[in-house]
Amino acid sequence: MFAPIYLDHNATTPLDARVLEAMLPYLRSRFGNASSRHEYGRAARAAVDEARERVAAAVGAHPTEVIFTSGGSEANNLFLKGAAACLRPGLVAVSAVEHPCVRQPARDLERAGWRMHEIAVDGEGRVDAADFAATLAQRPALVSVMAANNETGVLQDIPALAQQARAAGAWFHSDAVQALGKIKVDFRALRVHALTLSSHKIYGPKGAGALVLDKRVELQPLISGGGQERNLRSGTENVAALVGFGVACELAVARLEQDAARLRALRGQVEQGLAALGARIFSGGAERLPNTIFFSLPGLDGETLVAKLDRAGFAAASGSACSSASPEPSHTLLSMGVAPDIARGAVRISLGRDNDEAQVAQFLAALRDLVTKLKNMTALAV
Amino acid sequence: MLKFPIYLDYSATTPVDPRVADKMIPYLTEKFGNPASRSHAYGWEAERAVEEAREQVAALVNADPKDIIWTSGATESNNLALKGAAHFYQGKGKHLITVKTEHKAVLDTMRELERQGFEVTYLDPEPDGILDLDKFKQALRPDTSVVSVMLVNNEIGVIQPIAEIGEICRDKGIIFHCDAAQATGKVAIDLQRLKVDLMSFSAHKTYGPKGIGALFVRRKPRVRLEAQIHGGGHERGLRSGTLAPHQIVGMGEAFRIAREEMAVENERIRMLRDRLLKGVSGIEEVYINGDLERRVAHNLNVSFNFVEGESLIMAIKDVAVSSGSACTSASLEPSYVLRALGRNDELAHSSIRFTIGRFTTEEEIDFTVDLLQRKIEKLREMSPLWEMYKEGIDLNSVQWAAH
Repeated sequence: MFAPIYLDHNATTPLDARVLEAMLPYLRSRFGNASSRHEYGRAARAAVDEARERVAAAVGAHPTEVIFTSGGSEANNLFLKGAAACLRPGLVAVSAVEHPCVRQPARDLERAGWRMHEIAVDGEGRVDAADFAATLAQRPALVSVMAANNETGVLQDIPALAQQARAAGAWFHSDAVQALGKIKVDFRALRVHALTLSSHKIYGPKGAGALVLDKRVELQPLISGGGQERNLRSGTENVAALVGFGVACELAVARLEQDAARLRALRGQVEQGLAALGARIFSGGAERLPNTIFFSLPGLDGETLVAKLDRAGFAAASGSACSSASPEPSHTLLSMGVAPDIARGAVRISLGRDNDEAQVAQFLAALRDLVTKLKNMTALAV
Repeated sequence: MLKFPIYLDYSATTPVDPRVADKMIPYLTEKFGNPASRSHAYGWEAERAVEEAREQVAALVNADPKDIIWTSGATESNNLALKGAAHFYQGKGKHLITVKTEHKAVLDTMRELERQGFEVTYLDPEPDGILDLDKFKQALRPDTSVVSVMLVNNEIGVIQPIAEIGEICRDKGIIFHCDAAQATGKVAIDLQRLKVDLMSFSAHKTYGPKGIGALFVRRKPRVRLEAQIHGGGHERGLRSGTLAPHQIVGMGEAFRIAREEMAVENERIRMLRDRLLKGVSGIEEVYINGDLERRVAHNLNVSFNFVEGESLIMAIKDVAVSSGSACTSASLEPSYVLRALGRNDELAHSSIRFTIGRFTTEEEIDFTVDLLQRKIEKLREMSPLWEMYKEGIDLNSVQWAAH
């Protein structure tokens, strides 16, 4: 089988073999409904409880603070809409570089009488301190800033932002979907009221995520009927996926330092190669996830480059998977003040556990080759 | 060789069919792509699998694949359908109609809509569990915008007349939602013919995995919804979030098997159910809950008078059954479904739901019948009420001493 080298780990990750092994019994003989009281049900319930403990432990939370959802998008929606439904309409503020599953539900609150503000970011994609302070001066009820950006990988100073938002009386939420497993994520140290996690970005299965929630925050459920997850999220538990999510969390934390160091070294290797080609690395001057490189090469279109890379056997992305159907340049880059024609050239490489130096070297060689060919074509056309 | 406990709780959840699990595993290993990734083969491969599964799900219910939206399960489908339609069509009116025997996912959603300013009529079914069409028509008002009636009841297995309800609703321009979570693979569903606008499906009640379901959203004539989960704009903008191909592929395969095998399977299950029915009918003071004819073959819900349901479940713990739906089984309240049929507290409290499925054997049914006969006799021996009943005392006329 032809297997391209996978360099798109921020879109999704392959399942860790140990995660799969933990899940399989729940796709075979241990099939009970966790709400049933017979032996089959009790076995399922015990597995869900254990998964909850593992997820909580990975982020330093109490198991009762973990609300399982079908994934990160649902968790982000649950926080924004769920908290808003318990508050008088006011101001909701989210950073301009949030994932659409934060920006869209925040925008949707406008129909319920809320005002929505996108907090400006600087040229590196970090929340702009002045705009953040000005936003807080307007006493927002809800503030959401992601821990790490999915496209540039830029990190936000969540503890400091959360501290200020708390002082201003807001509930502060952070989407940590891309941060988990790549940098340390601790619910208490981050000082947030709520945190979104996803399983499939950390070598766990798709279809599972969580909202870690400070119990002082009152929420209305998005999905009712049955009363699962302390009434905050009804629906029969996806036992196999939750078991996988739990094990993936445990592995992610256990391997964090080792993985991060290795990824940082590989990223250095990629960036060295890119520098030789004259690439511009977005958010390059800021602290970023150790695995993410978002770059553009002068005069080259991102879509074209990614398509050529695919044909050469390398799976990369021109932006986030969720908006990859849209031809618009990256919203993140435009918010950072990057010119649209440069933003259109963007390519994202996101490395993972399965990548190694040899693969990176192959990738760089292929990229050099492509760039030379594309430049020659451009030169001929001129 | 019997394996204990014997599983007779297929309406709570079903085992994943081994053929389904085998189909899922490649999508948990080498085919791990995000179907929304448009720039490489991993993404395309996942997207192809998702679309093939969409066709398989649509084929079981004779729908256009484009009308199928993936969700995390029937509970989410019910929430999306009802909140989505109620809000979108509130200009037409804010009156909604449902039945008291619906699943909690419908009833709790209706309660929430009431808090948001909608008015909901909860209809009583007839004592046999079926909704009377004249009573339904009488409940309709000019401002009725959405009606929700399930196809197959999860506790008593009765089949509602949704073809007729659909005709009535379509006539009056009312959106008709139907929860079919318990129906797939058990009754034939033809959405080209049925005038249903929205229909909820679940995989894990039909030998597929948990965590995946679907909502049929008719495009011809077009039904509109307000999305409940916003984001990347997946699923026609109606449901954002990364799709889980392994689960979707599992649901597709489960529904393919259901379509191909349901005729034969239902005959076998009917035979087993009749065997169980014959067995329990030999016990005195037994009441079948819900109509026996207009009912799926898989379900037998029985009240054993003078026996407390919880004690019976404990006494027959070699058999995994429930006294109601799994979703409400944590509560000790008698089943609200049986109460809605007019069953008194005693009979509602003494009910057991047996649900039979693909892997049930004759031997298991025979063991269950024998166990029931022995344990019920034992439990009744200890019951003073049973003794009084046997002495011919009319318990309803007894004046109990106050304590």
